[in-house]
Amino acid sequence: MLAEGSSFMKGMLLGGLFCLVLSLLGSFSPSFESNTTEDHHHHHHVKAASKDELKRLTDTQMDELSQQVRVYCVIMVQPKVLVYWATAKDTWSKHCDQAVFYTSESSKALDAVNLSEKDDWTRLRKALKHAYDNAGELRWFFLARPTTFAIIENLKYLILTKDPSEPFYIGHAMKSGELDYVEYESGIVLSYEALKRLVHVFQDEDKCPERGRALWKLSEEKQLAICLKFTGVFAENGEDSQGKGLFNSKSVESLISDSLSNNPTNVVEGCCSDMAVTFSGMSPNQMQVMMFGVYRLRPYGHDFHDSLIFHPPEGSDND
Amino acid sequence: REMKHITSQLLFITGVLLGFLSLHSLMFSWRNVTDREVNRQVPQHIHTGRVRFLSWIFVAHREAAANLSQSTRILCWILTGPKYLQSRTKHIKETWARRCDKVLYMSSVKTDFPTVGLDVDEGRENLYWKTIRAFQYIHQNHLDEAEWFLKADDDTFVVVENLRHVLSKYDPEKPLYLGRRFRPFVQQGYMSGGAGYVLSKEAVKRFVRGFKSGECTHFSDIEDMALGKCMETMKVDPADSRDLKGRQTFHPFPPDYYVVRQPPRPRPWFLIYEYYTPTEGPECCSDFIVSFHYIYAVQQYTLEYFTYHLRPYGYKYRYNPDSQTKNNAPS
Repeated sequence: MLAEGSSFMKGMLLGGLFCLVLSLLGSFSPSFESNTTEDHHHHHHVKAASKDELKRLTDTQMDELSQQVRVYCVIMVQPKVLVYWATAKDTWSKHCDQAVFYTSESSKALDAVNLSEKDDWTRLRKALKHAYDNAGELRWFFLARPTTFAIIENLKYLILTKDPSEPFYIGHAMKSGELDYVEYESGIVLSYEALKRLVHVFQDEDKCPERGRALWKLSEEKQLAICLKFTGVFAENGEDSQGKGLFNSKSVESLISDSLSNNPTNVVEGCCSDMAVTFSGMSPNQMQVMMFGVYRLRPYGHDFHDSLIFHPPEGSDND
Repeated sequence: REMKHITSQLLFITGVLLGFLSLHSLMFSWRNVTDREVNRQVPQHIHTGRVRFLSWIFVAHREAAANLSQSTRILCWILTGPKYLQSRTKHIKETWARRCDKVLYMSSVKTDFPTVGLDVDEGRENLYWKTIRAFQYIHQNHLDEAEWFLKADDDTFVVVENLRHVLSKYDPEKPLYLGRRFRPFVQQGYMSGGAGYVLSKEAVKRFVRGFKSGECTHFSDIEDMALGKCMETMKVDPADSRDLKGRQTFHPFPPDYYVVRQPPRPRPWFLIYEYYTPTEGPECCSDFIVSFHYIYAVQQYTLEYFTYHLRPYGYKYRYNPDSQTKNNAPS
């Protein structure tokens, strides 16, 4: 009788163990599949570090990284978008380590670096050169117009483990014929090395003419990509560790609306990343609401043990 | 001896099957219970199967530590109708309603949505009848299932965790009711219907008793005001739902009405009824808001995304009420 009892117990134990092993193995397969589908993409991808990777860093390494990861924001404004200019100044730009507004002409209402230049591409060149010359200790550059809303903390998360002395040119990567370029409206990220090479190639009138190359004027975003390409810097798509794009040229509402049509049973998951960096196409009032939604609105009791701390900016009351 | 050998082999096989199935069903039920929590607390990008399996251990521990859930059960009832089930109520069901301890969708007609049929006609003029019948139904069938009873419209967005937080300092055995307090018509004020309001268990009992005894009647079509009058009659106290900085949590309009900076100006029309002096701009509203109103399909998901998904990595929030926050310091 005892022998049979022990057989049964042994059986149960084995069955239970078998189940555990199977479950652990079974859950490995989803991550396997996503790796293979990536290889068919033609863009380069820059992914945010995973939580596991970050946990492996020491405290000293973390401190070094948080020093390295400071951002200089280059915000291209004009008096004709004065309300957006004022909104950017009052909202997301406060989270840049340094936010500098570059304008085409001066405005009595707001201060900015006056480039006195009407041509968009020429003005952009001037702004980037100025930023490079005034970077100080900062090693990352974020280029945007005030119609874009950026979450700088999430930008820092994306570039956290990337070395700025390597050339990086990141954002929402698009393709136009043979040219990969980063979309302007969803924000452009440049590492120090990339900007350095760019400023250098600005002096080459053949590779990177000041007044644009083609008979028809190419957009600034494409001009930028061409010039960078000559220096060996290529556009890369910024994504989270699941492969979701972090840079958006549409508003949250617009993307949610798309998701409601495409994935009605999984609207929020199918929409946007939790760590999104940019959105665009919102009204100034909507951007103020976004400020509240990003930096304040949350459920009580949900705590995240993030590997870094970013403090709220001084003298700000809407975050 | 051969018989014995075969028997023990059979027992072994039975053991393997039983062990496998029982552990499988155990893990399955654990996963279902904690999936809700995991979805909330684990950032999107680490939501792989392997991590999900391991993190249930941590989440289960956290659930035990935060025992708020048990003594602050909230029953949510949504005032809706057949016309709006697909265009509005469905999206509430997909988003915030999941976080209530119990949800009931109150309509004129019973359906498989599922809705409770209140046997009241549809239409604006019947809102108070619907409300009365709804509370009577809850009193009759569900009173023991919760401590607090939230009424919301099918265009209200609610953050249930924040409601729980507001309610945590009040005793549901007392006759209390909370929401966005309005000043006119009722001496002690009344709570806006659209922003949603909550009654304690005792308040629900008194409301129902009031109609039984005739102390409360259907004297008006205006549901929130009339209910507020009944609350006053039955000596149910309105409680303050604002946060520690005096900022509002319940809102009868969408966020852009309140949060957008304004130059100093006389009270706009939508703030005329306020019981407490309102503030416009960033200080209007608590970080831990409980509700917004006039929120339709796309905005329900948008607010869900802002509240539960999109966040600034590593950001140290300015507002950190001391009570019961598990971990404000870096790990």
